[in-house]
Amino acid sequence: MHQVEIATTQETLLDSPEMVLNMGPQHPSTHGVLRVVLRLDGETVIDLDCDIGYLHRGMEKIAENRMYTQIAPYWDRLDYIAAVSNGLVWVETVEQMMGLPVPPRAHYLRTILTELNRIASHLLWLATHALDIGAVTVLLWALREREEILKVFERQFGARLTCHAWRVGGMPNDAYEDFNKDVRQFINNFPKRLDEYETVLSENRIWLSRTVGIGVISADDAIAIGLSGPALRGSGVPWDVRKSRPYAAYADMDFDIPLGENGDTYDRYLVRLEEMRQSRRIIDQALENLPDGPVNAKLPKVVKPPVGDYYHSIEGPKGEIGCYLVSDGTAQPWRVRVRPPSFINLQALRQMCIGHLVADVVAIIGTLDIVLGEIDR
Amino acid sequence: MLLLAPVDVLNDLLLKLGLSADAIRHFVWPLIQIGLVVTLVALWVAYATYLERKISAFMQARLGPMRVGPWGLLQPIADGLKLLTKEDFIPENADRWIFFFAPYIAVASAFIVFSVIPFGPDWAVIADVNIGLLLVLAVSSVGVLALILAGWSSNSKYALLGGLRSSAQMVSYEVAMGLSLIGALMFARNLSLSGIVAAQGADSIWYVLYQPTGFLLFLISGIAENNRAPFDLPEAESELVAGFHTEYSGMRWSLFFMAEYAAMVVVAAVATTVYLGGWYFPFVYRLETGGHHNLYVLVSTLVFLVKASLILYLYFWLRWTLPRFRYDQLMDIGWKWLIPSALINIVLSGFAIFLLQALDGYRNIRTIESIQNGLNLTATGKGIAIAMGVVGLFATAGLLARINWRSRDFNLKVQRRNIRLVNVPKGKPAVQPGS
Repeated sequence: MHQVEIATTQETLLDSPEMVLNMGPQHPSTHGVLRVVLRLDGETVIDLDCDIGYLHRGMEKIAENRMYTQIAPYWDRLDYIAAVSNGLVWVETVEQMMGLPVPPRAHYLRTILTELNRIASHLLWLATHALDIGAVTVLLWALREREEILKVFERQFGARLTCHAWRVGGMPNDAYEDFNKDVRQFINNFPKRLDEYETVLSENRIWLSRTVGIGVISADDAIAIGLSGPALRGSGVPWDVRKSRPYAAYADMDFDIPLGENGDTYDRYLVRLEEMRQSRRIIDQALENLPDGPVNAKLPKVVKPPVGDYYHSIEGPKGEIGCYLVSDGTAQPWRVRVRPPSFINLQALRQMCIGHLVADVVAIIGTLDIVLGEIDR
Repeated sequence: MLLLAPVDVLNDLLLKLGLSADAIRHFVWPLIQIGLVVTLVALWVAYATYLERKISAFMQARLGPMRVGPWGLLQPIADGLKLLTKEDFIPENADRWIFFFAPYIAVASAFIVFSVIPFGPDWAVIADVNIGLLLVLAVSSVGVLALILAGWSSNSKYALLGGLRSSAQMVSYEVAMGLSLIGALMFARNLSLSGIVAAQGADSIWYVLYQPTGFLLFLISGIAENNRAPFDLPEAESELVAGFHTEYSGMRWSLFFMAEYAAMVVVAAVATTVYLGGWYFPFVYRLETGGHHNLYVLVSTLVFLVKASLILYLYFWLRWTLPRFRYDQLMDIGWKWLIPSALINIVLSGFAIFLLQALDGYRNIRTIESIQNGLNLTATGKGIAIAMGVVGLFATAGLLARINWRSRDFNLKVQRRNIRLVNVPKGKPAVQPGS
């Protein structure tokens, strides 16, 4: 990435038309501890550079010294907004490498819960994105809906945010007694609320003027950078891991992929809103067809995948979460590598921002929907 | 009037103490008035913050402050105490004296304006200056100086950007604000705020009916002038952390906050005075004719406070509903929309008055009753003026739309797009775009 020279030789700010502004790591809207060094001419961004690593915890290295089953809780802390999806990519990688037969009921429950998590993550994105652009009320409305999902998570997993959801081979326990009722209630109320957000934002002149044509990225550029998730689909590329390489129970589900046209902030906003509606559709179908039976496969005493390597990815709320696993046949992995969607999506920031104003940088960081826990690992 | 008996008692007491009647009238009573108004405005400002929090809570499905006192009613007082006891921190590289004085300039410029605001008739106004409205505009524009100084002296880039934004914004919106008032002044023929209220009272009409365009323009530019959402760019939290007051803390910070709310109250008060008839309200004058003079003044003051509070409510409503404009869009609205509209409004108002004068006496039509106390119109004249106002509103909007037709931000509804929904067949790899 292009390096911005941070040290300037000028004596005072007035000597040069350019100003270097250090946005973050403590800033209200860099979504965590992202540091963006902006070079400004007035308020126009000439150049920018991202500085990351403030939240580095060495997840991949830690994983080399843990048993396969012990690693799963670490994965929940990658993208802490979507702990359920992140946990899933690890257990599925191990299961598929070992060829474990996961019971269908577990697959369906995984589908329901990851989709709920997708809605929760998108709601938090909507809340913070709207807040960044100045619509404060949407924040609290979106958090109200998210609360309903977190209540389901709390009853199912025992935690609201960093829920450790899965075990290798299935689930720690079956769905709780009122699970069906709670989820049904949520998905019945949800569309009404979503329409309410649309009335506040989608038709709003100010919202339109702040998002239409801002942070445009073409389909070719998006593919070249390696964007995934809504950021890619906003540019009109029909790529969704749930469709192209179905995992869990997605092969049985009927749903559509929303695609934008221009790849600007407004398209990505619409794509995410529509994705929430589609997630609701998936949950509806999965609840309808939820099979009976056990939720756990029979596991050997020690989980030991065969020697070799394996890559598996799922469609997380922010994009394609991948996990590359190299096993040497022992009880601990030899090397683990995560493909974090936020990290790769962040690479588009410079291209999207240059030429826009400071206020747009905030909007573009919001529209990329990054989580620093995942970027820094 | 039992309630105001102490007033006479005090007057007698001061006379007995040997003060001359003149000294009491010109010195003691104004001091008491100033004390009352400052207390009233300070309380109003404090409870405006409380109301804002309660109203936003109501809009956002929350409760708002509930812990301090019943329904959190003592919250503003608790906040004030907390801020007073905080450390008064000045950053090391700040320009100490300017940093020190900037908040006082902000508060002073906001509070001085209240000296000419007519809260009610007779003794409810401190000073009835005959250039009242000019004084309001002049003094409140000093407030921008405080923001620039605060932004500059903090020696912080965020504060600097906030200060620059606020100076550009307030200077450009002040023009629109001043121009938007001229239409109403043509009808009032008077610059004294009490005189404007009297003109509306004598005519039994609110100038918002003659001047709908002017009222809208004044409100919009007033909101922008006060740096309130959706024009709150100088303190845009998500971009500039806190804008010009990023480095301020404790009481000095709260002075800026007080100044902001006091400036809001000023704009609400001026809008009430010029466009909503001030303290004038139908049937209240019967108290005066019934001999209850002091009660009449009190009720009129209450009417004024209620009207101004309704405009304040509009402020809160907008703030918690709309997203924030961007800097360049803000300038677009100021220079491409508000100022041309204000100019068109002046021309149309002038034409309306010309029409009224020309029609007066033509084929026995009477439009103007007198010009003693503002422009007093007959019923026919009022009808013509109101019709001209409404026509002017649409004419201005149409003309401006024609001028700005080609600008990017104009036809946003048309620019709105829908997304495609595709159903990729199950289990097949997704299609690559045909590039």
